[in-house]
Amino acid sequence: MTATVGQQAQAAARANDVWKVYGSGEAQVVALRGVSAEFERGRFTAIMGPSGSGKSTLMHCLAGLDSVTRGTVAIGETTVTGLGDAGLTKLRRDKVGFIFQQFNLLPTLTAKENILLPLSIAGRKPDPAWYDTVIDTVGLRDRLDHRPAQLSGGQQQRVACARALVSRPEVIFADEPTGNLDSRSGAEVLNFLRNSVREHGQTIVMVTHDPTAAAYADRVVFLADGEIVSELIEPTAETVLDTMKKLDTPAEVGN
Amino acid sequence: MFRATLKSLLARKVRLILSGLAVVLGVMFVSGAFVLTDTLGRSFDSVFADGFSEIDVNVAAKPKVQVNEMEGEQTVAPLPAALVDRVKQVPGAASATGVVNADGARVIGSNGKVVTSFGPPQLGENWTGESELLQLREGRAPQAEDEIVINKALATAAKVQVGQKVGVLTAFESKKRDFTLVGVFGYSGDRDSIGGVNEVFFTTPVAQRLMLGEPDVFSSITVQAADGVSDEKLRDDVARTLGADFEVKTGEQVAADASASLKEGLSFFNKILLGFAAVALLVGTFLILNTFSIIVAQRTRELALMRAIGASGRQIIGSVVLEAIAVGLIASVLGLAAGIGVGALLAFLFGKLAGGLTLAGIGVPAAAVIGSFGVGLVITVVAALLPALRASRIPPIAAMQDVATPDRPLTKVTVAGSLVTGVGAVLLFLGLSGNAGGQTLATILGGVLFAFIGVALLTPLISRPVVSLLGAIFSWSVPGKLGRLNSGRNPRRTAITAAALMVGIALVTGVTVILDSAKGSISALAKDTIKAELVIAGQQGGPRPPTFDPGVLDRAKALPGVRMVDGEYGDMGRIDGESTWVAASSDIASLRQIFGAKPTAGDIDRLGPTQMLASSDTATSRGWSVGSTVNVQLTRGEARTYTISGIYESSQLTNPVTLPATAAKDFAIPQPIQGFIQLAPGTRVSDVQPQVEALLADSPEVSVADRDAFIKQQTSSLDGLLTMIQILLALAIVIAVLGIINTLALSVLERTRELGLLRAIGLRRSQTMGMITVEAVVISVFGALLGVVVGTGLGAAVVEALKDEGITDLILPWGQMGVFLGLAAVIGVVAAVLPAVRAARINVLGAIAHD
Repeated sequence: MTATVGQQAQAAARANDVWKVYGSGEAQVVALRGVSAEFERGRFTAIMGPSGSGKSTLMHCLAGLDSVTRGTVAIGETTVTGLGDAGLTKLRRDKVGFIFQQFNLLPTLTAKENILLPLSIAGRKPDPAWYDTVIDTVGLRDRLDHRPAQLSGGQQQRVACARALVSRPEVIFADEPTGNLDSRSGAEVLNFLRNSVREHGQTIVMVTHDPTAAAYADRVVFLADGEIVSELIEPTAETVLDTMKKLDTPAEVGN
Repeated sequence: MFRATLKSLLARKVRLILSGLAVVLGVMFVSGAFVLTDTLGRSFDSVFADGFSEIDVNVAAKPKVQVNEMEGEQTVAPLPAALVDRVKQVPGAASATGVVNADGARVIGSNGKVVTSFGPPQLGENWTGESELLQLREGRAPQAEDEIVINKALATAAKVQVGQKVGVLTAFESKKRDFTLVGVFGYSGDRDSIGGVNEVFFTTPVAQRLMLGEPDVFSSITVQAADGVSDEKLRDDVARTLGADFEVKTGEQVAADASASLKEGLSFFNKILLGFAAVALLVGTFLILNTFSIIVAQRTRELALMRAIGASGRQIIGSVVLEAIAVGLIASVLGLAAGIGVGALLAFLFGKLAGGLTLAGIGVPAAAVIGSFGVGLVITVVAALLPALRASRIPPIAAMQDVATPDRPLTKVTVAGSLVTGVGAVLLFLGLSGNAGGQTLATILGGVLFAFIGVALLTPLISRPVVSLLGAIFSWSVPGKLGRLNSGRNPRRTAITAAALMVGIALVTGVTVILDSAKGSISALAKDTIKAELVIAGQQGGPRPPTFDPGVLDRAKALPGVRMVDGEYGDMGRIDGESTWVAASSDIASLRQIFGAKPTAGDIDRLGPTQMLASSDTATSRGWSVGSTVNVQLTRGEARTYTISGIYESSQLTNPVTLPATAAKDFAIPQPIQGFIQLAPGTRVSDVQPQVEALLADSPEVSVADRDAFIKQQTSSLDGLLTMIQILLALAIVIAVLGIINTLALSVLERTRELGLLRAIGLRRSQTMGMITVEAVVISVFGALLGVVVGTGLGAAVVEALKDEGITDLILPWGQMGVFLGLAAVIGVVAAVLPAVRAARINVLGAIAHD
């Protein structure tokens, strides 16, 4: 990966020769083999790859959720690798937001309380102007007092997006955010994510296996067998699908 | 964060109710104990304050032998009648009255049986006239020798009317004497008795003779102060006049002292109740620990999410602990309230039982409130700490993946369990072998506690083989097999649930082993040793043992076929200044011939009027040998010097010290308590028994029984004790049952999807319920089995330690153990009802779609 040389100062997240090995001996699985990548500030990047390619592992390592076997990971100016629990907690509070496939809202809290949960955990007050902007962007103003069970899947995921956005993290990691949604709700959520990048300069890194979802990104990085094998700038669903097809038949893949 | 915690708490209130209930029950025990003893204490205060309200100053002799509440009623030595005049002369004394007031006046009811008071004394007194406090309700004052008046409550209990002949046994006459009831009195405020005390008033000479044993003596002198003289001044003046040999107190002081001595007994009672509360709370701790562990496990994803969006480990611990505090607080409040109710109810029952003790208002002492909240909060928070710690270790990544909680190896917990069990065993050994340096009880209790916790830690390891073995019984059916596999699925959870039941069952089993062994050993010894075919004795219904007319002894001796008759007397005496239980036998030869005593020194077959026998243990510990002289002070009379003329081998059936029969007249109870009759060879018991029965017609407190019946009757007090302990420990078992219900309910919740799947592929509702029931039964029987084994071990250890005290036979209550295991199976079935119904009602489609 050399495409982003010279933009280091702009990188919101960076992986440098990252290896991740699970198990040992015969049961050893190498999930990542020397991955180096940078994710520019203010851009929407998708990580794609067939299942087992290591795309989720890469994201977990980038987000500091999983430790790396070798190499370093940095978010903004913070080197994640080697941080202790307190450092990681601070990192998650200040620099990282998450959106999950399963939404992961607390069923006992209302939408509003769910959105403000990260701030209340960190003991901070929301910036009212930004909070209003976020609520309006996700279009949930009339649903704020509802519990997750009273919301549709798309609405729940929008609440989860708002929760990730409200603390203005350096980077938001989205793990198959449309995986549990029908195509219309999925499109809504993706549009919303793209808008938050274009309009508010948010950085988003999204793991997906859906070419349509990847097409919403500014850039797609392809992983296979734990290595970055390809990359697309300004992708469309077709170009993504083509690249994916090539990945399924490794012999045809060319760099 | 705070808000999120409270909201999640509210959302899961149902599952917390059960664990909270455990705390509620434990706290209820604590606050109930305090409320009960406080209420009774204040009731006694007011009873005594009332009883002594008309006395300004009271003069009594110093007691010759001090006895505490545990040893029996204090008997004071009489005062010479002449002292009354001396007191009257004291300036400031308006009047002085000699009062006879002694325990042991027992009225025979119209049914021919002695009216008992179950605790309060039965006073025999001299009539000194009516007062503001005491008023005749019917009839008149006693004037002739054979006339009495009694209080209304006693008249009601005895079902006797004014004008009737009433039989009375007195302190110095255990042969029924008939009196004419000429009056019935009551107290101000329309009370029929004060504190359930039964009272009989005689004329003064009769009271002196029958209650004090000699003419012209009084129990005490009550003095009224002249106008303008304070009680305290009068007291000091009287004390100065009389000198140091007398106890001169104001009425208030007398009331306070009397009340204080009763409260000593109450505080002992309080400690026992608190001990049982501790057991209940220990079991509750297991339950809370388990509930919180399960809740934390179920909330893994939620907690991981919290971590992922920035919560620190400390915040997670905080949220779980906060939850615990909330549960603990609510449970403490409820427990306190329930305890006040229970305490009030028990106080009410006690008041009824004690013959109408007028209860002071139910109060909530500070100790009840502090104890409740302290115990409730501390227990809950301590129990939640471990799960909280585990919660803080959940990795945030668990929010994204189904992190299968790996089956953590049991090595650590097993090593810890072995260590803790080891510490428990060492403490038990030290405590039981008497090497604990004065902290014997604390060491033993600590040992038991450590042993329980250690075994609980070892339980996961044991549970695998045992549970699969137990479950094998049910493996013939598919639901049974599934249930068995489920119960072996999470060994820690199964183990803690079973361990909670273990504690209660182990304690009951242990106590049963000890008491059965004690009973068996004593019975066996008594059967081997006591060479008397018939025994005269009665059931003790209050502080004073039943007695009978000593004349019966001589008349029984004269019966054809009777070879030897012995009457046994006993008292607390002071020997060389030390309180010692002393006994006297009407026939000293019985010591050898009936009780099988063996001499180790001197002559034990004869006893002169100034000679005394001692047991070998007593002689050794006091440094006596044949020829030693000792100073003996009995309840009555002057101190006397006795020479030790013989020493007998100590056994369970021998008394520490035996005095000559003539000394018995100075005992607090100068009448025989038990009589032993040995028949000549070839005499049939059934020939003699009716004749002895006839002799006892005027001693209705006692009856004659054959030896085996007597032994049974004597050891039956142990049965009562056992039943009481079992009832109190049942609470711990109830809490453990709550634990089983809780664990199952949470497991059902956890396995909603799985249960739905099973139903989808054709498991019937009834089969689903069967599966849950098998799981419950396996867990509870496992717990009971552990309890029986641990309890037997503890009991056997104690029995072994008591070998020197005469508990020589280890008797294992196999029947009881079987009952416990059977009971556990029933408990399992009962505990499974709710969770099983819940599991059966799972909506198949919803469960599979359930996320």
